[in-house]
Amino acid sequence: MRVTFTVNGRRHEADDVWEGESLLYVLRERMGLPGSKNACEQGECGSCTVRLDGEPVCACLVAAGQVEGREVVTVEGLAEYARERDGSEGRGSTGDLAPVQQAFIDAGAVQCGFCTPGLLVAADELIERNPQPTDADIREALSGNLCRCTGYEKIMDAVRLAAARADDSAPEVV
Amino acid sequence: MAPTTGPGRTPTQLDQGADTKGGVGESPLRPDGTLKVTGEFAYSSDMWHEDMLWGCTLRSPHAHAEIVSVDISEALEQPGVHAVLTYDDLPTEMKNYGLEIKDTPVLAHGRVRHHGEPVALVAADHPETARRAAAKIKVDYRELPVVHDEESALAKDAPLLHPDRDDDHARHVPHPNVVHRQPIVRGDAGAAARRADVIVTGEYEVGMQDQAFLGPESGLAVPAEDGGVDLYIATQWLHSDLRQIAPVLGLPEEKVRMTLSGVGGAFGGREDLSMQIHACLLALVTGKPVKIVYNRFESFFGHVHRHPAKLWYEHGATRDGKITHMKCRIVLDGGAYASASPAVVGNAASLSVGPYVVDDVEIEALALYTNNPPCGAMRGFGAVQACFAYEAQMDKLAAELGMDPVELRRRNAMSQGTLLPTGQAVDSPAPVAELLRRVKAMPLPLEAQWETVGGEPDVRALPGGLSNTTHGEGVVRGVGYAVGIKNVGFSEGFDDYSTARVRLEVVGGEPVAMVHTAMAEVGQGGITVHAQIARTELGVAQVTIHPADTQVGSAGSTSASRQTYVTGGAVQHVCRLVREQVLERGRERFGTYHPAWASAELLLEGGKVVTDGGEVLASLVDVLGDEPVEAEDEWRHRPTEAFDLKTGQGFGHVQYSFAAHRAVVEVDTELGLVKVVELACAQDVGKAMNPQAVEGQIQGGTVQGLGLAVMEEIVVDARAKVRNPSFTDYLIPTILDTPTIPVDVLELADEHAPYGLRGAGEAPTLSSTPAVLAAVRAATGRALPRVPVRPEHIVEV
Repeated sequence: MRVTFTVNGRRHEADDVWEGESLLYVLRERMGLPGSKNACEQGECGSCTVRLDGEPVCACLVAAGQVEGREVVTVEGLAEYARERDGSEGRGSTGDLAPVQQAFIDAGAVQCGFCTPGLLVAADELIERNPQPTDADIREALSGNLCRCTGYEKIMDAVRLAAARADDSAPEVV
Repeated sequence: MAPTTGPGRTPTQLDQGADTKGGVGESPLRPDGTLKVTGEFAYSSDMWHEDMLWGCTLRSPHAHAEIVSVDISEALEQPGVHAVLTYDDLPTEMKNYGLEIKDTPVLAHGRVRHHGEPVALVAADHPETARRAAAKIKVDYRELPVVHDEESALAKDAPLLHPDRDDDHARHVPHPNVVHRQPIVRGDAGAAARRADVIVTGEYEVGMQDQAFLGPESGLAVPAEDGGVDLYIATQWLHSDLRQIAPVLGLPEEKVRMTLSGVGGAFGGREDLSMQIHACLLALVTGKPVKIVYNRFESFFGHVHRHPAKLWYEHGATRDGKITHMKCRIVLDGGAYASASPAVVGNAASLSVGPYVVDDVEIEALALYTNNPPCGAMRGFGAVQACFAYEAQMDKLAAELGMDPVELRRRNAMSQGTLLPTGQAVDSPAPVAELLRRVKAMPLPLEAQWETVGGEPDVRALPGGLSNTTHGEGVVRGVGYAVGIKNVGFSEGFDDYSTARVRLEVVGGEPVAMVHTAMAEVGQGGITVHAQIARTELGVAQVTIHPADTQVGSAGSTSASRQTYVTGGAVQHVCRLVREQVLERGRERFGTYHPAWASAELLLEGGKVVTDGGEVLASLVDVLGDEPVEAEDEWRHRPTEAFDLKTGQGFGHVQYSFAAHRAVVEVDTELGLVKVVELACAQDVGKAMNPQAVEGQIQGGTVQGLGLAVMEEIVVDARAKVRNPSFTDYLIPTILDTPTIPVDVLELADEHAPYGLRGAGEAPTLSSTPAVLAAVRAATGRALPRVPVRPEHIVEV
């Protein structure tokens, strides 16, 4: 079958898609967007988290056909998505990265990096919805994203940092 | 026909630009950080090639069976299928591989020895086509009785896993189903036991833990014009893979060109081969690029696990808390193939007494061959299992003596100069008592953190979490301590070297260093440290990291906490060779202009050649001109020696790493649910090469230890079949399961090591588990001799 949907603001089309293919497979193998990761392919690890019409979902659990005509944001489009949402004046953004991406690098939240794309999409959505999350809020929001390297402490630091940098009322956090 | 184009996506050089700073001891950003947060980093599962095929593995549904027949005809007829391979298609006499003992079949022949053993391979134009074709391969099995524990493995009539084994250990083991056995005897434990005022014994058990790295086994094999193959792969040691792959393919090593692709974690699980040979075979047979990516189900069968263990311990002590003696027996289940079992046995035996002074010991450690899943390397490697048991013993001994458990440990803590059971002196700082003092001195977390101001409790801070199982009723807090010792580097006489190639040249008017090693960056941040070393040694800002590949010499394995020590040592050594060449060239070109070129101690700093008094003699750009300086060399740590097969004596280890934990837990004593509230760690790292990365290692290792303590276990039934190969049923800690992890890093230099550093990656994985268990015991009063601890152990339903 043919599927057509919008990814990161651009229309993508894929032909000869087998009905059983997931959104994750079509993104990674047919659209040249391997940023969303394939750690479990059963909705347990969150490494394939993308936004589907704004909702964070595991792309491995969504059949490609279900996405027909809809809008997807992946980690590859996260910086642009954040820029459009926050405006170019958005605090905490550095060059070509979304604030949460820069915070993950700065805080040392990236080791092997395989969980990172999914965590970034989830953390960005958290801060969008809840700009000043408590630690318990962060843990709850990210509890569907497994990380095996960091022990999560630096991920907590990164999300706190991204939230603090985005808070206009707070003093500048470096 | 080999493809005429290259892969569409390959690992690239990592370059951070001219404004990047950060030498040894600082925390500069990762060179691969931007690629990893933008989704552009090329992991092995992201490899792609035009016209590539997908490979798939057919695996045994039985733990032990004779293969009566294999019929591939129907699979071959499927549209889209390009090849189906079995044992009969292997091209050379070499049909097996293995890290030390080549006992692992590339594809099963006549017999499968464990659940999930590879039997056949399929290449097809779509992964689902390959999977469906594999399901159409007809394998007729005749099931055989399994051996699954010590009793069944060592029974008189036990089926032998490898009846024709002729490895180096075969001669000294007591039974052919014992892979390796290492006794250690020192002093006279029997006589010393008579001096003891109290004696405690215990039987402990450690379940089978999985590395559960997130990036699945995967890679792309591309057949080449010269009959060779280019392999893009995630591994821990390229050259070890190469030495196992090439003979099976019947190719000289130079025709198997390997490039490290992005590695999604490893933790020991990528020391053994997985799909490397399979992808190469399919690529060479079909003439097309072949990609294999395991899904999580297959990943649980695709790599070795941590050895489950049973451990028997006896400790005695005098009334004043001095340990008189220790006896122990450690039985590790190695599963169907040897993997790293012999080395795991060596570690378990030599570190079985822990970081304590005990002069009189009787130790026996062994690994079994069984039909259980093969076990091998996982972070902590033999020392994890022992630490769980000896730390439980310390608490038991303290209770028997009526002594504070930290005080008992302090009174027996080893220090620099202490002799290990192997007779080897610990010849660098061993701040065991100090680490315990530090974790104990940290402020305790507040009580009842679930309470909110005048409102409902925040269940996220309670045992059971969002399951909303308690609002504080039946919740009891416990605090526990543990400390451990891990060896660093490959031990027992292994020639543990690493190679580095460093090039210094002027690019765009700036001096740039290129560091090229075969080190597997698996997430630990070794490439960050290489750039830091190059900046410190060569006085440059810009460092480029070349992709790791087999075009340079071996860097050894990214395991045993060794890479910063050994490949870091190689990078330091080779940078200094480059510096000498630069200074030599400077003397030739400019020596006549300034006497300091000949007389002073010269350094490279800030892109310039300076005297130790700070006088600038020349810029690196002027000295280098348009001629690069390049050097390559191997670097080794001090040699070690094998343990004596009867007494276990010998200079077996090169360095040790120490960490201590304090765990604070809250247990719902009615439901047996555990909430770890805080897991504080103090660790000596010799020199924090990159403090941020060191903290990341300590916190990550700590949480893997927490997982083993309360949730992680591959469940294998009595028929040796794996019951839970998925992230639905094999649980690893989520961010909600994980507590805050305050870290206190101590830096006591080891004079034998580069920059005084101490391998850091594994030690925090050891003491985390027993600290959590000690805390749960303190909260519940239960003995809890097994990890992972489950609710039914706590409430005894």
